Amino acid sequence: MNRETSRRTFLQAAAAGLGLGAVVTVAPAHATPEAMQDAIRKVVGSSRVSKGRVKLELPPLSENGNTVPLTVSVESPMTPADHVRAIHVFTELNPQPDVVSFRFGPRAGLARVSTRIRLANTQTVTAIGELSDGSFWSASAAVVVTLAACLEDA
Amino acid sequence: MSGSVARLLTALALALLAGTAPAGEIPTAERRSGYDFMSRETRTMQDDDTANPGMLGVLDGGALWARKTGAAGRACADCHGDERASMKGVAARYPAFDTTLKRPVNLEQRINLCRTERQRAPALAYESRELLALTAYVARQSRGLPIDIAADTRTQPFLDNGRAAFYRRQGQLNLACSQCHDDNWGKRLAGNTIPQAHPTGYPVYRLEWQSLGSLQRRLRNCLVGIRAEPYEYGAPELVELELFLMWRARGMAIETPGVRP
Amino acid sequence: MASALVNVPPRARRGEIIEIKTLISHPMETGYRRSQLGAAIPRDIIRLFVCTYNGTEVFRAELHPAIAANPFLVFSTVATESGTIAFQWTGDNGFSATESAAITVD
Repeated sequence: MNRETSRRTFLQAAAAGLGLGAVVTVAPAHATPEAMQDAIRKVVGSSRVSKGRVKLELPPLSENGNTVPLTVSVESPMTPADHVRAIHVFTELNPQPDVVSFRFGPRAGLARVSTRIRLANTQTVTAIGELSDGSFWSASAAVVVTLAACLEDA
Repeated sequence: MSGSVARLLTALALALLAGTAPAGEIPTAERRSGYDFMSRETRTMQDDDTANPGMLGVLDGGALWARKTGAAGRACADCHGDERASMKGVAARYPAFDTTLKRPVNLEQRINLCRTERQRAPALAYESRELLALTAYVARQSRGLPIDIAADTRTQPFLDNGRAAFYRRQGQLNLACSQCHDDNWGKRLAGNTIPQAHPTGYPVYRLEWQSLGSLQRRLRNCLVGIRAEPYEYGAPELVELELFLMWRARGMAIETPGVRP
Repeated sequence: MASALVNVPPRARRGEIIEIKTLISHPMETGYRRSQLGAAIPRDIIRLFVCTYNGTEVFRAELHPAIAANPFLVFSTVATESGTIAFQWTGDNGFSATESAAITVD
């Protein structure tokens, strides 16, 4: 991604003074799918991750990458003997792969959380569910992210 | 030419070539709020007061409303009492003509006039967290009410200036507001749907800004988008354009705090 | 002044699963942005959210910069007894905020 510190941009910044503290978002080297795998491995160790049991809800086309609504859930009786210990969310192309980790106990009632995340590009989001029996499950969802038409800074 | 300019030009060229878009004003019956062009998720974000990030600003505004300030040691509440009654309908009729200044002022300017003249406190900076919060709090009291801007002999010349600005081509891209917002609303521009540009939800929580922002910020944003020199905050040109836009949206319901992409 | 909006049902039946919504004001500065003149803007985020029910932790979230500004969390807990459901957010630069809500469980 090019960053144009053109004369016009500089003059605009100078003219604006402190103003809003105009910023440009410059994407650094993105995390790679490999970095995401490393992050996932830190969580699951050497255990196998099976597909399933986790439901990840994301809009297929986000209106703005700054705020993408996400809901993740794992079907579970949520009893002391059988419950979801944690849900971890990762991305493959954000500057860093970790998004959030939710930790539950039997008092949660439901292993279901909604939040809003940032996505730097069109990419796939992955959620890993960790159950009380030590097993790991995963689900993924792809989201298309577009830039706003008229950016505030030149 | 930067990537974003190339994209904008290409998208606009395609939109204009695609078909004969009806030119001119949007008929009253066809006017729709930007809300209607949003995704279901973003609409839900606006509808739910416990999930609407703009409500955090309204919450802050409520605290500021009650706080004594300035050399006069007065809170807004001390003069205006219960905001639900005293501020009801106010935002729906701003920008309004100020008889002393002999020109229209917007809601932010009105709040600052109260602060400097009545509370004898310093004016709040445009786009400051405090001014946005207070403006959102006041405007929230008009939520659901129809915008009520009437053109009278005093405001007519300013309204005409605003209308002229709306239809005037400007900037390096030589675009008029009307070309997107009258002639091509509903079509897509680089991933976003072009709205009709009715300021029904201001101050608005714009996802692109990740914060509340005023209508003037949005207008300056548009001016930068068409590569025109943006007017300074509080400039009469911006207030005239605000006046015209609110008049153009008369009868539509206030949604403050709106959420927009 | 960090303002927070929390939504906890004021009443619930014993054993009922209730939904809690929280929204807190915070820019969640990622640490990846630069000013127009090139200076890096340092990271400043909320890192941890903990919900306790009459003092016992029932939910926690570890946040990273990819959580959107003004973090919004919706989660569930079982209504076990009347009392106080408390929320704490902590983060960079010594950020700390708390909020609580009363619940009556019959």
